[in-house]
Amino acid sequence: MTEEEKKEQENQESPEEKPEEEAAGAEQKLEAKEDKKHLPASVGEGSISDEMPRRSFFSWLTVAWLAFAAATGGFFAMTVRFLFPNVLFEPPQSFKIGFPDDYQIGQVNIRWKKLHAIWVVRTSEYIYALSTVCPHLGCTPNWLDNERKFKCPCHGSGFRKSGVNFEGPAPRPLERFKITLADDGQILVDKSKLFQYEKGQWDDPESFLKV
Amino acid sequence: MVELKHFINGISHPTVILTVILFIYPFIFPPTNWFEKWNKRLKFDFFWTKKGLITVYTFFIGFMIIGVQDENAKHILLKPDNVPIVGLLFLVHFFLWLSMNQGMKNDKLIDAGEKPNEYHDPKDKVLVWPDLVYIELIALVLLMAFLLVWSIGLEAPLEQPANPTNSPNPAKAPWYFLGLQEMLVYFDPWLAGVVFPTLMIIGLMAIPYIDINREVSGFYSFKHRRIAASIFIFGWLWLWINLIMVGTFLRGPNWNFFGPFEYWDLHKLEVLTNINLSDLIYIKLLGVGLPENILLREIFGFIVFFGYFLIMPPLLAKTVFKKLHQSMGNFKYGVFIFLVLSMVALPIKMYLRWIFNLKYIIAIPEFFLNI
Repeated sequence: MTEEEKKEQENQESPEEKPEEEAAGAEQKLEAKEDKKHLPASVGEGSISDEMPRRSFFSWLTVAWLAFAAATGGFFAMTVRFLFPNVLFEPPQSFKIGFPDDYQIGQVNIRWKKLHAIWVVRTSEYIYALSTVCPHLGCTPNWLDNERKFKCPCHGSGFRKSGVNFEGPAPRPLERFKITLADDGQILVDKSKLFQYEKGQWDDPESFLKV
Repeated sequence: MVELKHFINGISHPTVILTVILFIYPFIFPPTNWFEKWNKRLKFDFFWTKKGLITVYTFFIGFMIIGVQDENAKHILLKPDNVPIVGLLFLVHFFLWLSMNQGMKNDKLIDAGEKPNEYHDPKDKVLVWPDLVYIELIALVLLMAFLLVWSIGLEAPLEQPANPTNSPNPAKAPWYFLGLQEMLVYFDPWLAGVVFPTLMIIGLMAIPYIDINREVSGFYSFKHRRIAASIFIFGWLWLWINLIMVGTFLRGPNWNFFGPFEYWDLHKLEVLTNINLSDLIYIKLLGVGLPENILLREIFGFIVFFGYFLIMPPLLAKTVFKKLHQSMGNFKYGVFIFLVLSMVALPIKMYLRWIFNLKYIIAIPEFFLNI
């Protein structure tokens, strides 16, 4: 018990002592600096100039900072460069998907889902390309042929064949891509151009192909 | 047995079971005197006795035994992903029971004019060295042994390499995010995925500043902290744990609801066609088309939204939360009521979806603002 009491006392006393110790430490440091002037002859004044002039200190500081900034900037540039790879193993944004007659009327074609992430839908009048990305949170919905709807397995959003959302949390319809007829009669889909229903872009003649 | 399974399938539909729990919960965790009277009369405090724990566990285990004999329920209950949730069911109830049990004991002591158990230097106080450190070491070793056996005994649910075009059906988040995924069914991603989780964390951090009842600090008690406790238990048990359970056991292909004994039919048809408030009012009620102007189109949604957050607080301050408002002051009450209203907004939105097929109160997909 006595030992514990002693320890407690020490603990209690220590906070009061601390400032004094720090002050003492600071004084010692000052003394140490002054001591430098009284160094032994071999390293003392005359042999090496131990005090750097203020001007040259700042010029060295500038050089050091510039070098540091250059190195950091170089690393940063390399990191940014890393984001743009030399080769992209991605299918092209613009591609041909065969002739209009390859697609049956009233059917949703899921052939290009894996490669190009599009569904090709043909109605009695039009052909259009739907994006396979759910506008709610980006999952890939499935086409349910019996129910005649797209259904997202993540949160239950449902879309009609036209891509219009009708159930679940999806706030807007699926996006459509630019679709035109190429010179050789094949269908050309350009995924770099989007058509969004809520912005009234589905009336754009490029968003569908009249057959 | 078949009828029983059908019955369980029927009542486990979230619209039924969540409603039942919603109505029973204030009687189990009474926030007011009136509810407490009924709590005593219905003998709901039985749950927090040792017999109550055994009863509930017997019920759980009985359900598991019946469950694993059914092909469909076995598939959900013993799926390696879901095993932790079955464990969670037992663990959550145990810790709820432990705190409520000690709280009830202390409440009785305080009612009898004595000091709570924690004041009498109970026997469960031990020295850190060697007692606590040894207990911790043993717990550590046992947990490691348990995890080892678990990881060897249950194969990790590894699937085929990820394929962005082929989402598993149903595509479930890790179990601890299933509550969030369930919220995402009713809200836009930036609300359910960003705003609500932030509010939850802020709300949890704000609890000690909102509830500054110093008289009951340092010991378990339910009665003397009943408003804080019942609100917290609502948010934690009803909203968080419950939605994890719903997401784990009751969500099947195409994110439809399935009962625990129901076959996961890929083609189960549920009519979920839902519409926005603007469609409901302009097209269904007024019989006119949607106005071109976005603000005009969503004006009713804005009225509902701002009405809820601006009119409800003073209204509640004058009625239900009168005493609370007086003791808290305007600022603290404001923070408190905002957090409570945000929390209650989730079940409100769920019921609006279930009853009116309402999709969004404010729907401006042009600017990605959907509430």
